[in-house]
Amino acid sequence: MFAIILNISAVLIVLSSLIGLYRVVKGPSNPDRVITLDMIGVNLISLVAVITLILNTTAFLEVILLLSILSFIGTVSFSKFITKGVVIERKRD
Amino acid sequence: MMKLNDIVIQTTTKFVLFIILAFSIFIFFNGHHHPGGGFIGGLMTSAAITLLLLAFDFETVKRILPIDFKILTASGMLIATLTGMGGLVFGGPFLSHTFGYVHLPFFGEVELATALLFDLGVYFVVVGSALTIIEMIGGDQ
Repeated sequence: MFAIILNISAVLIVLSSLIGLYRVVKGPSNPDRVITLDMIGVNLISLVAVITLILNTTAFLEVILLLSILSFIGTVSFSKFITKGVVIERKRD
Repeated sequence: MMKLNDIVIQTTTKFVLFIILAFSIFIFFNGHHHPGGGFIGGLMTSAAITLLLLAFDFETVKRILPIDFKILTASGMLIATLTGMGGLVFGGPFLSHTFGYVHLPFFGEVELATALLFDLGVYFVVVGSALTIIEMIGGDQ
């Protein structure tokens, strides 16, 4: 019973990521794509959590924190590139 | 153009930075028995410093972290090589490692391995080379 629920949730997460992939390809502007890539990152984190439960192991728990940190830094750098034009400034005035 | 205000990202960085650094140190010491190690720990530390560079700028980060990352890379190589030489000093082949159980005052009985010193060299090399690359190509002029 529990395994069936886990499989259903994994399939739903994958479907949600595929809908997000449609928005990445079709998105009219660049901020749409950045927001959707952040959403796919969160979906990936939850998929890793579900797979951890399916495989019944604790070896992937660092991957969750790692993906969240990398997704955060990637989104921040993309949004800074969109708003300011540069990612890292030489001197802030 | 209106001057942009970065107070949200700067305040968030001041909290998140220490969580990322603590996670990188945890994953560095975790690598002997669990997933982790010097490589991914070094990448997490360079990710934390990259977040600091994103929220502030090169001058500020250079002022609060006055490290030449090329020298850090070289010292990591030196630590890794000297750890390999330590096997030669005690009569074994190059890069032979050993471990022992030590009683520390606060942590109790821990297993200390000389592979940790080699991993420290890997950590320094990864942090130094990643931040050298970012410093070379990331800045505007």
